[in-house]
Amino acid sequence: MEEQERAEKMSVDKKIVAKIADLARINVPEEQLEPLAGELNNILDWIEQLSEVNTDGVAPMTSVVAFTLPFRADKVTDGGYRDEILANAPSADHGFFAVPKVIE
Amino acid sequence: MTKYVKGATGDWEVVIGLEIHAQVLSESKLFSGSSTKYGAEPNTQVSFVCSAMPGMLPVINEECIRQAVRTGLAMGCKINLRSVFDRKNYFYADLPQGYQISQFKDPIVGEGELVVDLEDGSTKTIGVERLHLEQDAGKSMHDQHPTQTYIDLNRSGVALMEIVSMPDMRSAEEAGAYFRKIRSLVRYAGTCDGNMDQGSMRADVNVSVRRPGAELGTRTETKNVNSIRYMMQVIDFETRRQIDILEDGGVIAQETRQFDPASGTTSSLRSKEEAHDYRYFPDPDLLPLTFAQEFVDDLAKSLPELPDAKKERLITELGISAYNAGVLVAEKESADYFEDLLEALTHKTGNDKKSLASQAANWVIGDLFGALKKASKSVTESPVSIKDGAELLSLQVDGTISGRIAKDVFEIMLETGQNPEKIVEEKGLKQVSDSGAIEAIIDQVIADNADKVVQYRGGKDKLFGFFVGQVMKLTGGKANPQVVNDLLRPKLDA
Amino acid sequence: MTQDLTKLTLAAARDGLTKGDFTSRELTQQYLSAMENGREMNSFIVETADIALHMADKADEMIAAGNATGMTGIPIAVKDLFCTKDVHSCAASHILNGFKPKYESTVTANLWHDGAVMLGKTNMDEFAMGSSNETSFYGPVKNPWRALDDKGVLDTKDYVPGGSSGGSVAAVAADMAMAATGTDTGGSIRQPAAFTGLVGMKPTYGRCSRWGMIAFASSLDQAGPITKTVRDAAIMMESMASYDVKDSTSVERIVPNYEHALTGDIRGMKIGIPKEYRMDGMPMEIEKLWQDAIGWMKAAGAEIIDISLPHTKYALPTYYIVAPAEASSNLARYDGVKYGLRVEGDSLDGMYKNTRAEGFGDEVKRRILIGTYVLSAGYYDAYYLKAQKIRTLIAQDFAKAYAQVDVILTPTAPSAAFAMGEKSDDPIAMYLNDIFTVPASLAGLPAISVPAGLSKNAMPLGLHLIGRAFDEETLLRAAHVLEHAAGFTAKPKVWWGEKS
Repeated sequence: MEEQERAEKMSVDKKIVAKIADLARINVPEEQLEPLAGELNNILDWIEQLSEVNTDGVAPMTSVVAFTLPFRADKVTDGGYRDEILANAPSADHGFFAVPKVIE
Repeated sequence: MTKYVKGATGDWEVVIGLEIHAQVLSESKLFSGSSTKYGAEPNTQVSFVCSAMPGMLPVINEECIRQAVRTGLAMGCKINLRSVFDRKNYFYADLPQGYQISQFKDPIVGEGELVVDLEDGSTKTIGVERLHLEQDAGKSMHDQHPTQTYIDLNRSGVALMEIVSMPDMRSAEEAGAYFRKIRSLVRYAGTCDGNMDQGSMRADVNVSVRRPGAELGTRTETKNVNSIRYMMQVIDFETRRQIDILEDGGVIAQETRQFDPASGTTSSLRSKEEAHDYRYFPDPDLLPLTFAQEFVDDLAKSLPELPDAKKERLITELGISAYNAGVLVAEKESADYFEDLLEALTHKTGNDKKSLASQAANWVIGDLFGALKKASKSVTESPVSIKDGAELLSLQVDGTISGRIAKDVFEIMLETGQNPEKIVEEKGLKQVSDSGAIEAIIDQVIADNADKVVQYRGGKDKLFGFFVGQVMKLTGGKANPQVVNDLLRPKLDA
Repeated sequence: MTQDLTKLTLAAARDGLTKGDFTSRELTQQYLSAMENGREMNSFIVETADIALHMADKADEMIAAGNATGMTGIPIAVKDLFCTKDVHSCAASHILNGFKPKYESTVTANLWHDGAVMLGKTNMDEFAMGSSNETSFYGPVKNPWRALDDKGVLDTKDYVPGGSSGGSVAAVAADMAMAATGTDTGGSIRQPAAFTGLVGMKPTYGRCSRWGMIAFASSLDQAGPITKTVRDAAIMMESMASYDVKDSTSVERIVPNYEHALTGDIRGMKIGIPKEYRMDGMPMEIEKLWQDAIGWMKAAGAEIIDISLPHTKYALPTYYIVAPAEASSNLARYDGVKYGLRVEGDSLDGMYKNTRAEGFGDEVKRRILIGTYVLSAGYYDAYYLKAQKIRTLIAQDFAKAYAQVDVILTPTAPSAAFAMGEKSDDPIAMYLNDIFTVPASLAGLPAISVPAGLSKNAMPLGLHLIGRAFDEETLLRAAHVLEHAAGFTAKPKVWWGEKS
C-alpha cells in the first residue's frame, strides 16, 4: 500500500507533463511528452529519498544570511530613462512595449 | 435582522466578501526607486528593476511598510512583527517578472473588525481578515492598435495594500458602507488617496448565495471594480444571476468575472481553476520582514484622531446629532473644516462652543455641502473660506441678519467671493429689529388689508402667514422674524 | 625576444606593471593573440578586443599616476552570466539573443573601477545549469587538458572543462586570460577549477553582490574568482566583493585585504575530515590524494579532526529541488516581451510558449519543469518545504562541526574531467559531479578548490576546503598552505592553434 502511495506521489505522466509545460509556458510537442515524463520521473525518483529524513520540528531555511530585511528610504532615485528600457525590446511602439493583442 | 432576497422559490441569503486594493501613498515604488506619480508618459517611471531586466533585485521601501502598519492600526487590526514576501507566479504581459511579489501565508497585518453605519441607523460589524503588501502590475492597452496590445510599466511595482474582508456582508448596502469606511480610514491615516477614478482604490467582489442556514454557496469573483456604485451593481446583478441559475436547477461555476458598466452586467473572464496555480514560495531575494513593537507604537502615536473617535467626541462634547456627526466625519477634510469653522466662530462671538456647534453643523452640512455638490467641488476646494463661513454664522448669532437673509448673503458670497460683512453693509441687509419701526409697518399692513383682517378674526388662522409675508415685503425681507411674530399676533388678535 | 607575459600569475603581473617592466597594453595584446590562437576551445562567446585595449590604456594611466590597485591593468575574462554594459550578456542562452544591457553588474563594476581589463565574455552552461559546459547555445567548451595514455601520448578526443564556468576555466588554464570571473550555485566555480588545474573560490553567500548577475537560483548564486594561484584569488576576491544596497541579500561587512591572510602559518588550525564524504565507488586516486593532503596539513602543524556531517547524502537531491524551483520562477521573465528572442504566436500565450520552447535548451527546460512541478499545488509541502527543512539540517551539521574545527577538507569532484558526451545522456550522472561542492552552497559557506595532483591519465585533480561564514581569511590561509604543499605546477600540453 505504501509502495503504491509512493509511486503515485512521485510519478508524472504525459498529462501532468503537458499541464506543467502549460504552467511554465513552454511548448512541448506531443511526441516529446512521454520521453520527457520518463526523464522527469528519473529525477523525481532520485529526489524521493528525501522522504526518509525526519524533519519534525525543523524550520525551513528562510534565509541563508542571518539578519533582517534592509529598508530603503522613500525617495525617487530611479526611472526616467525610457530609451534604455526599450532599447532591447523585440517590439516597441510610441513608448510602449508591444505584444500580440490579448482578447479577454 | 438579516435581509433576505426573494427568489421565485423562496428566500436567499447573499454572502459578500471584498478584496480591496489600495495604492499606497509614497514617493517611490515598493521595491524600486521609480516614481509613483499618476499620469506620466508611458514607461518614463520605469527602472531596470521594475522592467525585470536580467539580474535585477528588489529592495523594500520603508515608507510603504509604515503605511501598511498605519492602515492596519487605523482599522484596529493585529500588526504582525514578522511577515514574509512570497512570489505569486503567473504569466501576463503587464507582469514583467512573470511573478508578483506579494504576501501569502504571513501578511504584515492580521485580523480586525470594523463597525459600519447603515441607512436605517443600525450598525454592523464586519471582520477584516488581513492586509498585505504587494506589487501592482503595469497597464495593458488593448484598443490602441488593431493587432497589438501596448504595455506601459509605469504602474508596475507600485505598492498596493490588499485588504481582505471576512465574508460578513449580506447586502450591497453593507458592502458599500464597508468600502466607504475603509476609504475614509485610509484617507484619514494618509496612506492612500482613495481616488477610485485614478485607480488608487479598486475592489474584487466575491459573491455567493445560499438558502438561509445552509452551507456557503460557490462564489464568483468580479475583478477590478473601480467605483462603489459599480460594486453595488455587481452585487445586485450577481445575486440575481446566481439565484436564477440555482432556482432553474443549475450550478454556479467558480470563476473570475468582469463588470461592464455600459450594460451593468458581469461576464465570465477565466473559468479554469487550474490556471490559478500560483506556486507561492518565499521570495529568495528578500529576507523576512521584521520590526520592533516600538516601531508600531511610534506609528500609532502619529495617527490623527480617527472617524469613530471623532464622531463620538462631536456627539458627547459638542452635542451634535449622531446623524450630523456621521456626515461630518466621513471625510477628514470635512471634519477639519467644521472644527476650524466652529473654532473661528467661537472666537468671533465669544460664546460657548457647544452652544454654537449644532447651528454650525447644520450650516456646513445643509448649505455649504449643498453648494459644493452643485459645483462639483470638494470641501478643500470650498469657495467659501473658514473665516467667511464663521463670519456669516456670527452675523446670525448676534442677530445682525436673519436666517433667511443669511441664505441670500451666502448666494452672493458664492457668486462674488466677497465676505459677508461687506455684502450686508453694501446691500443694506441688516435685520431690522427695532420694534417701533416694525410696529409702524405692521399697522400699515393691517390698515391696507382690512378685509383680510376680518377673515383672520373670523377664524382663518392660516392668513397669519400672509400678514408676515406682507411685513417682510415692505421691509425688503429685513424684519427680524421673531420680533414680527411677537408684535403682529397681539395686534391681529385684538 | 618578448617575454611570454601570458604565463605570469596575477601577483607577478601586478609587480611587473608597477615596476614598469611592461604595460597593460602589451599584456593585453598578448592575451588577445592567445585568444585568437585558442578559438577552437570555444571558451569565448564574445571577444572584446577594442574595449580591452581601451581599458588597458586607462589602466596604464592609473598605474603611471600611482593609483594602481591589485587588479589594475590585469586582463580578465568575464563569464557570460554577468551583465556588462552595452556588451553581449546572454547567459549562453538563445533566449537572450542580442541582449546588451544598459547597466553593469556590481561585481564587474568593482573590477573595472579597480582598473581591470575585459578580454571578453566566456562561454558557460546555459543559465549556469550544468557541470560540463555542454549545454551552451554557443556549443561546448573544450578543456585545454587532454588525457595522456601510459605512453604519454596525448588523447585526440575532447574533454569537458567542467561547468557551469567552463569557458572561464578554459581561458585561464590555456593562458588566454590572466584570471576570470565565475559564478557558483552548486559547484560551478570549484568543480571546473578542479577539472582544469586552477584555483576557484566561492565566497560566503552575501559576500559578493548579485545585482546585475543573471539569476539562476537566488539563494545559492555567488560570484567568485578563477585564478592560477591562491594569492591571485585573494587579490581578485577583494576587488569583487562589496556591500551593495541594491541587493537585499548583500551583507554589510568590511572587505578585508585577503592577501594579508596568506601568512603560510596554519599551526594549531583544526581541520575537519567528514566521514560522509568518503563515498562508495570513489576512485582510489582521489581517496589517496585526500589522504596525502591530510598528511601535508598535519606536517604543517594543523590538527586533524574526524567529524560527521550526517545529512551529506541528502544535499544533492535537496539542491535539485531548491535550485530548479527558484530557477523556474527567475526564468519566467524570459517571455519575448522586453528583451531577447521573440518567436511569434497566434496569441500572447502562443508567443510565450513558442519563444520559450525555442529559446531554452533541453537542460534548462528540464529544470524549469521540475521546478514548476515541485512548487505546484499539492506538491509544495512534500518537495520544496521538505527540501528547505533538510537544508536547515545541513546548515546545522556544519554549525556543529565548526564548534570543533576551523576548516573542512574534502575532495572537490568525484572524478577527473571526463570525455565530452560521456555523461550527457544521464542527467543524474551529471548531477553527481557536484556531490562534494553542493553542501557548502546549501549552507552558504565559503569554499575553495585548490589544484592538488594528477589522475593516472594525467588529468588535474583538485581538493576542496570549506570555511566558516565570512571567514574567507582562514579559508585562504589553509588553501595557500595546501597549494604550497601540493606543489602542482603542471600545465596542459598544447594541442590547439599555432603552436609556438
